[in-house]
Amino acid sequence: MTITFHLNGEEVVLKDFDPAATLLDFLREERELTGTKEGCNEGDCGACTVMVTDKTGSKPLNSCILFLPQLNGKSIRTVEGASDADGTLHPVQEAMISHHGSQCGFCTPGFVMSMVTAHKNGASDHDVQLAGNLCRCTGYAPIIRAAEAAATAPVPQWIASDPLPAAEAAAAPTDLLPHSADALAALYLANPDARLVAGATDLGLWVTKGLRELGQMIFLDGCDDLKQIEISDSEIRFGAMVDMNRVRDTLTPLHPSYGEMIRRFASQQVRAAATIGGNIANGSPIGDNPPALIALGAQLHLRQGDSRRTMAIEDFFIDYGKQDRRPGEFVEAVSLPRQPDRLRVYKLSKRFDQDISAVLGAFNITVEDGQVTAARIAFGGLAGTPKRAAHLEATLMGQSWSTATIAAAAPALDRDFTPLSDMRASAEYRLETARTMLSRYFTDLSDASGVSQSVLEVQL
Amino acid sequence: MSLENAQPVGKPLPHDAAKLHVTGKARYVDDTPLPRNALHLAFGLSSIAKGRITAMDLAQVQSSPDVVAVLTAADLPFSNDVSPSIHDEPLLSDGSVHYFGQPLFLVVAKTHRAARIAARRGDVSYRKEPALLTLEDALAANSRFEDGPRIYQKGDAEAAIGAAAHQVAGEFELGGQEHFYLEGQAALALPQEDGGMLVNSSTQHPTEIQHKVAEAIGLPMHAVRVETRRMGGGFGGKESQGNALAVACAVAAAKTGRPCKMRYDRDDDMVITGKRHAFRIAYRAGFDRDGRLEGVSFTHLVNCGWAQDLSLPVADRAMLHSDNAYAIPAIRIESHRLKTNLQSATAYRGFGGPQGMVGIERVMDHIAHELGLDPVELRQRNYYDAPDVASEGGAAPRSATSPRGISGKMKLRDNTTPYGMEVRDFELHALTDQLLKSADYAARKAEIAVWNADQPDLKRGLAFSPVKFGISFTLTHLNQAGALVHVYQDGSVHLNHGGTEMGQGLFQKVAQVAASRFGISLDRVKITATDTAKVPNTSATAASSGSDLNGMAVKAACDTLRDRMAAHLAERYQTQAAAVVFAGDRVRIGGDEISFKEAAKQCYEGRVSLSATGFYKTPHLQWDRIKGQGRPFFYFAYGAAITEVVLDRRSGENRILRADILHDAGVSLNPDLDIGQVEGGYVQGAGWLTTEELIWDDSGALRTHAPSTYKIPACSDRPDVFNVALFTEENREDSIYRSKAVGEPPFMLGISAWLALSDAVAQFGTGYPALNAPATAEEIWRCVRRQADGV
Repeated sequence: MTITFHLNGEEVVLKDFDPAATLLDFLREERELTGTKEGCNEGDCGACTVMVTDKTGSKPLNSCILFLPQLNGKSIRTVEGASDADGTLHPVQEAMISHHGSQCGFCTPGFVMSMVTAHKNGASDHDVQLAGNLCRCTGYAPIIRAAEAAATAPVPQWIASDPLPAAEAAAAPTDLLPHSADALAALYLANPDARLVAGATDLGLWVTKGLRELGQMIFLDGCDDLKQIEISDSEIRFGAMVDMNRVRDTLTPLHPSYGEMIRRFASQQVRAAATIGGNIANGSPIGDNPPALIALGAQLHLRQGDSRRTMAIEDFFIDYGKQDRRPGEFVEAVSLPRQPDRLRVYKLSKRFDQDISAVLGAFNITVEDGQVTAARIAFGGLAGTPKRAAHLEATLMGQSWSTATIAAAAPALDRDFTPLSDMRASAEYRLETARTMLSRYFTDLSDASGVSQSVLEVQL
Repeated sequence: MSLENAQPVGKPLPHDAAKLHVTGKARYVDDTPLPRNALHLAFGLSSIAKGRITAMDLAQVQSSPDVVAVLTAADLPFSNDVSPSIHDEPLLSDGSVHYFGQPLFLVVAKTHRAARIAARRGDVSYRKEPALLTLEDALAANSRFEDGPRIYQKGDAEAAIGAAAHQVAGEFELGGQEHFYLEGQAALALPQEDGGMLVNSSTQHPTEIQHKVAEAIGLPMHAVRVETRRMGGGFGGKESQGNALAVACAVAAAKTGRPCKMRYDRDDDMVITGKRHAFRIAYRAGFDRDGRLEGVSFTHLVNCGWAQDLSLPVADRAMLHSDNAYAIPAIRIESHRLKTNLQSATAYRGFGGPQGMVGIERVMDHIAHELGLDPVELRQRNYYDAPDVASEGGAAPRSATSPRGISGKMKLRDNTTPYGMEVRDFELHALTDQLLKSADYAARKAEIAVWNADQPDLKRGLAFSPVKFGISFTLTHLNQAGALVHVYQDGSVHLNHGGTEMGQGLFQKVAQVAASRFGISLDRVKITATDTAKVPNTSATAASSGSDLNGMAVKAACDTLRDRMAAHLAERYQTQAAAVVFAGDRVRIGGDEISFKEAAKQCYEGRVSLSATGFYKTPHLQWDRIKGQGRPFFYFAYGAAITEVVLDRRSGENRILRADILHDAGVSLNPDLDIGQVEGGYVQGAGWLTTEELIWDDSGALRTHAPSTYKIPACSDRPDVFNVALFTEENREDSIYRSKAVGEPPFMLGISAWLALSDAVAQFGTGYPALNAPATAEEIWRCVRRQADGV
């Protein structure tokens, strides 16, 4: 196969390359572009951040877990391409120097590329934009000062106009890189042992950390029809390849608590790569997204060849590492019913940003005339799969919505879950805080003005 | 502007490599272009924590694609040791296994990935032995370094505590810390024509690398040259932990005759290398009703891991900071250096000082809580005296200015540390007053109390903690440094010294010194990589000593050159050497004036040697670490922080809302770089005590071995409001331009964040909270429950 992309403004055509090679290794080992650093090789530190532009815009991505075929038809800027060809620095580079934003300098190229991208996109929520870039030296303060100082500078011409490869230059669909869901369906049906690659934010680690051979890979990135978001009066339907930043943008106005959870569950770089379909198909017991989807009553749309089926998303997760997915079947879309916002999602983790949850609880309870008439409650981190709290839901149903009911119902959670202890949290903490979330939910839905609900809301 | 004011020293210049950093041009070890035939290394690691290897079948490793060689201990021709202290750390296992992740064999392959893949293919059989993973395990087995506990004491602490009107006691855990330098460990060895080795290493200690490599390849140190341009962060983690990689590269390079490079993948780095020492600290304190300390007793249980490494001086330094800022009439510190089957704990910013300091700061807060006193006021009452107090007379002279002139019985307070060192430079009285004012402490404390009263689940906490950190290596002979300076005939200057650059801005600060000595602009001074062939026998860039030692050595070299130039020019222009002035890129010679460039040219033509070495050794040091008596430190660096936090009872979630810091950098060589050390140190210190949790499973395997599981502070974890300023009084000792060391001391300002969390937890009950560190959300949640239960 052949892929074509732009690298710092120059066209690169690759033939007969290893599809499991990462962009980072390609940059450092093949192109001698050693400005891009390997800090963790798993997408958690951001030292390898590059800016990738496609027809939907520019995003920061972790090049350490980005496979080359994912770049077909796109334009990449590394730190070497942040400044102009004549050496003129980008405003964020100037600001990083004058505000002492670098000390050891190793994380700096990644910060610069996150900042260049945010600057181009006009983003001023610096803490969010930079949540995926770790710095051990500065304490971040001077970096934020630099980001603020550069914010008003115009986007330099060489960044503003970063042309994509001509459409015809980007390769035609291949077995590695189908360009439609139909082509994917046929290809996967014929090669059910192939590995589907969406954003590679998890699969990338199989290569970089697991040192695994992935065998035949099929990259879904070319399937634009899987990147659609359809919003009707009755439902919202996300194509499987919609990235998590777009999910966040879509859901934040409708279910703000969901949006806030997505902000925290991964960094800008990871959200820009990760897809909603991959996040579900992956079947992680600690994925933050599935419990929230379960609470909203999401339906999963699976496709195998030309046959399709739909199931409640909770039914997809059978057991640890086991999903209800047939050979050659893939997640095509997920849909949510439109509904009044009663959803609250509580994410507990050691660190607020870019940290896997110890417990994630999603609550969606309908109260009519003071009685609970519907309850969808799901948790991540408490079992081998994302799972509904069936006993808790049943205990609440038909009861009056009161603190007494909450107190009486909370112990039911013990019948739903027997969590484990691990490096993220003890079983006891998981179960006890999960119980407490129900009363947090009660408090959050009632009017308690003047009382702060979350430490994240406390401002001086 | 006078010429004197125009000198580079004291200017807030950016890091010398800032432009290289932001453009990606700054070159680290792994970025070095390699010869085509270069090889890559990886270690095969143990999968048990303690036992013997009964069989090691490496056939699958050998046959793995692109593998060139596989080495075991039997293949090492000379020394199999990478220890910085007592030769107890084999590069490759000698058959015994001491921790989970210990290097057993070495793969040499054509690519980094091929080496990593092959390294996992070893088939190793073990006879397991019970592993000592906890402090209890080690105590029960009496597994320790040194024969028994080290004890430092002053007066009779037990008697003083017993006789005091009030007592508190407690015990808490203090976790270790992963350095998480963003650049992992890396080294590159290039074999030379005569069997010698050129080593490029990411190390804080090039001479140690040189020494260990020479031992390993059986050659004198002169055959090994180590070069270090920069590290992508060190924090102590590259003081001894780079030895294994450099030695492995050199051994493999000697064997294959090809350049060899090794870098740890992040997970390997975290699994193999040592971390900050975890402590358990038990304390008892006796005090009067006003909170004045009468006696304090500490027991430190120190988890040193499997090899000695630098554990003894680390544990010593913890003892030496158990007084922190307080004059304690009677104190006893008992330190157990326990040997366990975990990674060998190593140097980490503060080098034990933070652990010792947390102990006494915990005691001070506990006493304040017990007596219902303001914790800041309580601290101020117990501070060491300022040097200038007694001479002012008045009703209650508190101490003598001169440490030797006035007899002890005249003093109301003995101003010596537990180790017998007179505190003669105590700055914290003024510094604290200034900080309390700028941080609006009293008003905020009152406002927080009002806010807390209305909040059922959330509470805010406020805490103050001071820092008094001893500056000098406690191993006295390390307090020396060398420099090499050349002036070329075009007036450009080549600068070299023994310090290494890990991000702290040392090179820039020292270059500012050099430029100032010659009265030239900074762009005339070329900063060059640390190189054991230029300056020999260097000490690690550690103990915050970089600028103090190397700045002085460079100053000496520059002054030597300047004096030679002045002598020559004076003779040539028929004036006195004293009348030759170097300033503003010019040289005034009596009534004449020429450019520095012209001066260099004339000196060259006058056959003046324009190359000089400089040397410095810290004066006044005298220390007996066994007795725990003497003057281990040249001076103290001070600082103080006030931190405000908020936490949620229901989950333990918490956040730093505001931090105010005033830090003593003396007359700063570069105030902006120093502020950077303070901000970064604080956040790193707060991270240590909050989210950074190391967890090993029952088999001794580290479970938090990547940033996905080990959580250093992220961008949004810095304080919302972060006010940092420098306290700019002169160093009372004759340091380089009267500046102060600033690398480690600010780390300990982060203690205030932990104390603030404790203060917030205290709102949920009446007792003093038994908070451990790290105070993760779960630990806080547990502590609140204990607090609410009145436990």
